[in-house]
Amino acid sequence: MTPARAGVLLASPALAVIAVFFFFPVLAAFALSLTDFDIYALADLSNLRFVGLRNYAQLLATPLFWRALGNTLYFAGVGVPLSIGASLGAALLLNSRAARCRGLFRTALFAPVVTTLVAVAIIWRYLLHTRYGLINYGLSRLGIPAVDWLGNPHTAMPAIILFTVWKSFGYNMVIFLAALRGIPETLYEAAELDGAGAWARFVRVTLPLLAPTLLLVSILTVAGFFQLFAEPYVMTQGGPAESTVSVLYLMYEQGFKWWNLGTATAVAFVLFLMMFAVTLAQLFVARRTATL
Amino acid sequence: MKLRVPVLAVNGALLVIATLTLFPLLWMVSVSLMTPGSSGSYPPPLWPDHVTFTNYRELFAHGRMGRQFLNSLGIATAATALSLTFNVSAGYAFAKLKFPGRERIQQVLVGALVIPAQVAMLPLFLMLKQMGLVNTLAGVLVPWLAGIFSIFLVRQHAATVPDDLLEAARLDGAGELQIFRRIVLPLLSPVLVTLAVFTFLGAWNDFMWPLIVLNDGSLYTLPVALASLSREHVQDSEMMMAGSVVTVLPVLALFLVLQRFYLQGMTSGAVKG
Repeated sequence: MTPARAGVLLASPALAVIAVFFFFPVLAAFALSLTDFDIYALADLSNLRFVGLRNYAQLLATPLFWRALGNTLYFAGVGVPLSIGASLGAALLLNSRAARCRGLFRTALFAPVVTTLVAVAIIWRYLLHTRYGLINYGLSRLGIPAVDWLGNPHTAMPAIILFTVWKSFGYNMVIFLAALRGIPETLYEAAELDGAGAWARFVRVTLPLLAPTLLLVSILTVAGFFQLFAEPYVMTQGGPAESTVSVLYLMYEQGFKWWNLGTATAVAFVLFLMMFAVTLAQLFVARRTATL
Repeated sequence: MKLRVPVLAVNGALLVIATLTLFPLLWMVSVSLMTPGSSGSYPPPLWPDHVTFTNYRELFAHGRMGRQFLNSLGIATAATALSLTFNVSAGYAFAKLKFPGRERIQQVLVGALVIPAQVAMLPLFLMLKQMGLVNTLAGVLVPWLAGIFSIFLVRQHAATVPDDLLEAARLDGAGELQIFRRIVLPLLSPVLVTLAVFTFLGAWNDFMWPLIVLNDGSLYTLPVALASLSREHVQDSEMMMAGSVVTVLPVLALFLVLQRFYLQGMTSGAVKG
């Protein structure tokens, strides 16, 4: 057998599976989003009608859609910088010459990343409990009155953001650690000889050399944060007052609770376009800052 | 004396962060061992008065957690086996075997990485419904058959296999499949472990797809079972914590044992870009 034939033979099973179970459904999703596929069509396909862009038009006229979009942007806009900041801070601490037991600390800080999201979301629901939660107990010891974290529309999303930062910061921390280790020690020594303090060394040496990693990490983290679903599903069921309904939560409810599959796929495409646009914007900003 | 202060500050800070990070997990274990109802008092207790396994017994004897544990284990194991079967050979082919259209296909796959999996979910659900796979464990497995990210993970490592080695084997008269099995697979074994750990943890922790596909409680995986339990038993925090321990502990243990492979897989892809 020639290498070329072997290549086709070895690659085609995976490619066939991806074509059938990913590319075809993605194309079908676009077609579906142009129909009024609902519970009647689910029972009998002859009830299916082509409606053009009506699903999209209706979405744009639905307040809950804008609410979900706003909530998701709020979650990502506040959560991503917090999460990346926490990751970078922890990585710098772990990478400093003074740090001891690095392996142990790294494992401890990374542990939440591999835990099951649903299970730890349930833990946090109890930690955030208004009367018996340890977080409010800790705050009361500091003289701060009890907060109804998940029951108040103003604090529910911040509480979910706090939880998500705890769950996810270890992931980017490990990536930053690997990048920090790639920075030659001699650069810091040279900067120190030139009289640069710790902050100057961070801004002039670490940050510029970390820029490619920072770009990659922010693109992946934004994409991850846009896919918010299990946290509101488990912790708040989208409430209170729809303050934690995310785009995916809306898609799930439309698709699998109300069986409006046409509308739900339209929601999925809007999410996709949003993620795509934000990724492009990040690449654009990165290129601008690189040429400055 | 000059070095002492940063050593204390840095390690003190690390200790505080590590404590805060691990606290929810330790608290989960502690509450899961409390007698039912005892965690709902003020001030909230940190330790059980006396250790009891009632909550676990309740979940396994009267609940369906034993069954659901096996569902999760079966799904994660099968997903791992499938992912290794499909992705490893494809990753090797993309790295080392020139075939017509290879570069083109590769570009399409890279481009497709920006499409979130959720876009495909609704049509995939309808397809599985046609195939009679809704509300079956096989339906849960479908998205784990092959993955673009996994193919690229393998491809990146397979690219480091020296071409001379493959050429030498070809000159010795070895067939292509033999080369793949006898020479390439052993060289790739670290990345096979990495891929296996990624897939196992991913499939075990996955929530949205099994939630969509399964509607029969005895078929639930642990995350879906836990989410539905938490809606019925909001007050039973001790039992919910026991369920969380059962769900989290296996993956946490697996990670601790194989973390070298997990972390290597993460950083090899990320730093080289």
